[in-house]
Parts: sequence; structure tokens; C-alpha cells
Amino acid sequence: MAMTKRQQKAALGPYGKLGQTINELDERLGIAKGGRTFMDKIFPDHWSFMLGEIALYSFVVLLATGIFLTLYFVPSGEMVTYKGAFAPLFGTKVSAAYASSVDLSLFVRGGLLMRQMHHWACDIFVGSIVVHMMRVFFTGAFRKPRETNWLVGVNLMILAIANGFLGYSLPDDLVSGTGLRIAYSIMESVPVVGTYLAFFVFGGNFPGTAWVPRFYMLHVLLIPALILGLLGGHLALLVRQKHTQFPGPGRSERNVVGSPMFPVFIFKTTGFLFIVAGVIALLGAFTQINPIWQFGQYEAARISYAVQPDWYMGFLDGFLRIMPSWEFVAFGHTIPLEVTIPAVVFPGILFNIIMVWPMIERKFTKDNDMHHLLERPRDNATRTALGASVFALVFMMFIASSTDVIANYLHTTLNSVLVAMRVLVAIAPFVTYPIAKRICIEMQNWEKAGARKTVNLVTRTADGEYVSVSAPEADDTHHEDEAIAVPTFLVEADSMSASTGVRTVER
Amino acid sequence: MANAHETETPVSITTARSDDPHMQPLAQNPARVEAVIAILFVLGLICFGLFGYAYWIIAKPWTLGATIGSGLFLIGVGMVAWGKYLMPRGPFVEERHALASTAAERDAMSDALQNRGVRLIGRRKALGGLLGGGLGVFGVVAAFPLLRSLGPLPKGTLFHTDWRKGSYVVDQSGRRVHQDDLLVGSIATVYPEGFQDTDNGQAVDQVVVIRISTTDVVTRKGRETWAPKGYVAYSKLCTHLGCPVGLYEQQLQTLVCPCHQSMFTVNDGAQQIFGPAPRPLPQLPLYIDAEGYLRSQSDFTEPVGPGFWERG
Repeated sequence: MAMTKRQQKAALGPYGKLGQTINELDERLGIAKGGRTFMDKIFPDHWSFMLGEIALYSFVVLLATGIFLTLYFVPSGEMVTYKGAFAPLFGTKVSAAYASSVDLSLFVRGGLLMRQMHHWACDIFVGSIVVHMMRVFFTGAFRKPRETNWLVGVNLMILAIANGFLGYSLPDDLVSGTGLRIAYSIMESVPVVGTYLAFFVFGGNFPGTAWVPRFYMLHVLLIPALILGLLGGHLALLVRQKHTQFPGPGRSERNVVGSPMFPVFIFKTTGFLFIVAGVIALLGAFTQINPIWQFGQYEAARISYAVQPDWYMGFLDGFLRIMPSWEFVAFGHTIPLEVTIPAVVFPGILFNIIMVWPMIERKFTKDNDMHHLLERPRDNATRTALGASVFALVFMMFIASSTDVIANYLHTTLNSVLVAMRVLVAIAPFVTYPIAKRICIEMQNWEKAGARKTVNLVTRTADGEYVSVSAPEADDTHHEDEAIAVPTFLVEADSMSASTGVRTVER
Repeated sequence: MANAHETETPVSITTARSDDPHMQPLAQNPARVEAVIAILFVLGLICFGLFGYAYWIIAKPWTLGATIGSGLFLIGVGMVAWGKYLMPRGPFVEERHALASTAAERDAMSDALQNRGVRLIGRRKALGGLLGGGLGVFGVVAAFPLLRSLGPLPKGTLFHTDWRKGSYVVDQSGRRVHQDDLLVGSIATVYPEGFQDTDNGQAVDQVVVIRISTTDVVTRKGRETWAPKGYVAYSKLCTHLGCPVGLYEQQLQTLVCPCHQSMFTVNDGAQQIFGPAPRPLPQLPLYIDAEGYLRSQSDFTEPVGPGFWERG
């Protein structure tokens, strides 16, 4: 018997078609219980928790724009005669990689935008990872139980830096080739196995052509896959362990206070994805980055002036510049310490210390408790000062990567800039540590600033002796005296009430 | 700093009723916020429409990025505002569940590992050793041949270049360099004849020739015949990291590497006088043949470029 529309609706239950769909899905996948829990998941609100989101969303932009670029880029180092539409190159010998990079920039509609967005998204990706990591470090978010996720995060940062370098090497332009030459020499500088390392990575003596497809595979497949996997693990651990939060009203080690996943957080975070993507698109539209058609094809004997790597390589380049020439030769072997120390030993030590920092800190503090509430950086002055001094060291190295530009700009000699940078890099951490620590300790009293000081009561005894005693501690409750009657002779006649003869004074 | 609502006692979203004050929007005047968000969405839509126009008609890269970037940005701001001002203002609270299992559950896992694992597997030590050894050998035989195939062994390739006794000095285009080609104070990047036919010729063999005089020049003791008629030749590969030492400061008679600013003197054997480079640039011994062409007396007398383990 045919049902009326109303009967049909009633048969579907109170939630109608939506309810039916959920029923069907739940019978097969068992999603209802976990799904509801996930919708109710609470995300604490604090601006600093958006830094990781910037990283995540710039990675989304990287994937989207990167897929576009793979459609046009030719991963081959083979030298071809350029027959494309870019007149200055016509008829010259260029690599297929360079030719396709130029053509996709200039002649594929939207190609330049996509390439510039890809490059900007990468710089923002690495940058937001570093700032996010500093947030986690300075607020103690890496403490138990989150050491594993810290480890995953540090590895994500290293992979991001590595893939950034591979990515800007691929167009095979003059600047990227110079970077590759330096990378090759750094590999050569590794003791014992260095030359083998360089020969195996590049498939022979520099430059060869084998590196293009190899680096391409690493850049578009292997490292993105590793990043995706680790990113999944990073987020899964975050969901499993729940977020940290700053202390505040109603917040404790046992709860999380904030906005629910559905619908508040999902709207805010999806909107934020669009904002990040929009800003990257605007940067790609209006801010030129890496104009490879101006640099020209890489040729081993050509070089440009005032060339710097992308920002995240700056600290390595700066250290390479200021390192004294301490080549070590003994027993028939050479260790070019002026390369090995800044480019192999230093980053190795730095990244490893960062990786195991949670364990180091636990060793010193003997703190084995669970921590879900964050610390304000000032409340852990020692850690903050240590982090600040490492930051100062690396930042000064970063500045040192533009010694030539600084010397030009200040109209001074390269020599004085170099010596100044050597001194600054050497002393930066030691100057920063006590200053940062002092600022932290001063700031710990920030909340008490402006509070009433203890008052000294001075009284005069009958003998004429003055005695000073400190008054009882002023408490926060504001005390107001009763209104005092003012003698009439002190007040002008017209402002006084004739009936009472007194005037009350308001405070 | 803190909004008034943040100081309220948080409640659980799971149990909050729709008339709970926590479920009310943060906006004082939701209708006005809604209007602003609507404007943002409409502007965003217009931007996306303009993107289509920019793509088909204008096709300049910046117009594509400006339209789609503005559109995404506007839509994004609207969504964030919707989430922040028009949705339940909270604050909401969720209890943390303990990550750790109970002691009994942990013991059960340890017990299972111990009984089924350590006892069952561990007692057959010989078998375990054979299995581990087998897998280890597999790892070695799988990894090493794969690694080995990645590239040729360095052998002696880093110790010599394509410069030979009697190699003609040629420029980038392969033209031989004659003794009358360079004026005093001029510089040229040169290669041994036939460098184009080798895989890495340009990278390894690159040499700077500078004419610093019209008479023979002695840069170092033992190099009396190396710089005929003022032609000195040095490897162009920086001894620091292998960048081409491409800047010639004529007034100071120095060569500068643009990568890390190592400086080398031109007059006395490319001694390093500044920067991180550890060694002078190797000098190429030249001679001028009967027809007046520049030629090399031999290969470099030491390896060119940056340092490496086997260099000695």
C-alpha cells in the first residue's frame, strides 16, 4: 500500500534522510560513536596554536601547485638547443630542465603564478615550522607525554629544509647550479667517505646530468611521501594526546577548554586555510621570486654576484663565510675543516641536540610528570634563555650570509664586516643568555607591577621622637573611608547646603 | 586581553542545551555581523568571477594571482568570522582521558610478550641467530650493490684535469687563444682544446687567464717559465667550495670568489689573502708556441678545487 508523504517521512525517523545515511554508514563502518566524539573534540584557542596550521596549509598549497608544475617540468639534464619562444635563449644550449622551467614560467598560462606560489609556499612552510617549533619549545609543550611528537616535528623540519633545497635546485639555472656546486663540495668534505658520497649522489664528478632525475624523484615523490606520513603521525598523536593549553580560568591538567571541532573549529580552520592560500597567491601575484629566465642556464664557469640561497640555508652559508681557513692535513689525508665544521658537524650537532632536547631537559629537571598545561616562557627562565641564545647564534650566522651585501650597503670593507660577524657570532649566545634570563625573571613579577608598595607610618611620640614603622601589608580590597564632614568655614558660602551646615566630599 | 566569555565557567558541548548561554553567538549584534560576512562572501565570489575573466581575456600572471588570492582571502576571513562570532561562543570543556592503561593491562601485555615471545623465540637461539644473520646478509648484499651502482668510484679523477702537455688554450667557443688576444689587465676564462667532448670539462678544466704584463712573470719560486709574456693562468675553481672565482679586481690585482668572498692575489701565485679558502688557486704552467698560441706545459701540479679526504 502506498504511503503518504507524511508517513514516508515518519518512517525515516526523527533525523530524516540524514539519519538514514548515518545508519547505513554506521552499520558498515561503525562511525557514529567515534564520529560524535571527534565532532565534540575541543581545540584550545590561542593565536600561537595557528602557527602549526600555517605550516599545514602552506604544505597543502605546496602539493597543489607542485602537481601543476610536474605537468610541465621536464626532469632531464640533457643539453638541448632551445627552440622555444623566449627570444634571448633562442638557439642556445640549455638543459631540458631549464628550458621547461623557463617555458612553464613564461608561456604556460598561470605557470609563473604557480611557480612563484610554490616557491613562496615553501619559504612560508619552513618558516612557520621553525616558528611553530619555537612556540612548542618556549612554552614547554614538548614535555612528557609529547616527546615523540617533538621528535616527529623536528624530522619534518629537516625534511622540509632538504626538500626546499632540492626544489630550488631543479630548474638548473645559474643560481641553483652554484648551490649544487657548494653542496657537492660539502659532501666531498666529509672525512673518509666524502668523495664516494658525492660521486654516488651525483653519479660521478660534478655536475653531470644524473642528478636531475634523481633529485626530481626525491623532491616530488620520496620526501613528500615521508612528509605526508610523518605529518599524519604528527596529527594522529596530537588527537590521541589532546592539545596543550595555557593556564586560565576553568583550565587544568585534567581538561581542555576551547572550541568544539564541529562546527566552530572546522569553520575557523577551513577559513584559515583559505586565508593562507590567499596570501600565498597574492605573494605569487605581486612579489617576484627566483626569476630564473634572468639568471640563465647554469654553466660551471659562470657565476653571479651577491647570490644567496633561500633563507633557511642562510645560517649554513653564513657560517661557511666566517669560518677561518683551517684545512687539516695529516697522515696523507685532508679534512677541510673550514667546510666540514660549518656545513656538516655544526648542523649535525644542532639538529641532534634539538631532537633529543626533551630527554636532556628531563635529565636535568628530573621532572617525570605529565604536562598538559603550558608554561609561559618567562616562567622557565633557564630554558628560555638557552633557547634564545641558540636562536641568537643561528640568527647571527644567518646575518653573516650577506657579508658582501652589508659591506656594500655600509660602504665599508668586506674585511671589517667579516671580522665583525666572526665576533658577533662568537659572542651572541653568551651575551644573549644572561640578558634573556634577566628579562624573564623581571617579567615574572609583571603581574605584581603597579601593586601598592608597603607604606611606612611615621608617628611622633609625646616626647617629640619620630618613629617609623612599616604599615601592615596592603591588601587588594580597596578601603574607602566614610565621607568626612568638612568644616563650613573652609567652603565658599554658595556651594554649601544651608540646612545641614556640612558638605560631603566625593572621592 | 581575555574576552568576557572566556572567564565564564566552561561547559561540555556534549551536554549543553541549545538555550545555554554558551551556545549563543559571541556577536552582540549577529544580524550586522551576518551582513558583513555576506559582503565578504559576495566580494569573494566576484573575485572568483574576475579570475575567469583574467584567465581567458587578460592572462597576465599577476591578474590571476590577484583575483584568486583576494577571493580566497575574503572567503577565508568570512568563514573565520562566521566561526568566531556567529557560532556557539563557549567556552567548552572536555575531560582528558588517561593515556596510560591500567597496571593489569600493562602486565598482560608484558606477560604475552614474555610468554609467547621471549620464551618461545628466545629459547631457540641458534635458529634466531641464523635468521638474524640471514637477514643481515640480505641487507648488506641488497644495499651495497645498489649503492655501488649509483656512480663510478672517484679513483684518480679528482687528481687530474684534461690539461695535458701541449694542450691549446681555447675560449668558451673553442677558439684558440693567441698571445696578441689579451691586453694587459684583461681576463678570460679558458679551457683545454676539446673540453666540449668531455663530460665535465667545463666544470673541472676551467681556468682564468689574466695578462698582467707584457714580459715574462715569475709568480713563485720554481715557476720561472709558467707565465710567458705576462699571461698567468689559475684554476678557476675556488679551493673553498668550488665556485668559479669570477671577480677580477684589476686595481688590487686580486681574484674574488663571489660565493664566500675568498680573495687571491694575482701577482704571486693566487695566494689566499682573505676569506675561508684554505689554499692558493693552482697555477697552470703556460708556454707560447712558435705560432704565438698559448699552450699548457702540463696538467696542474696539484688537484684543483676544494679539499677532500684522499687529497693528502
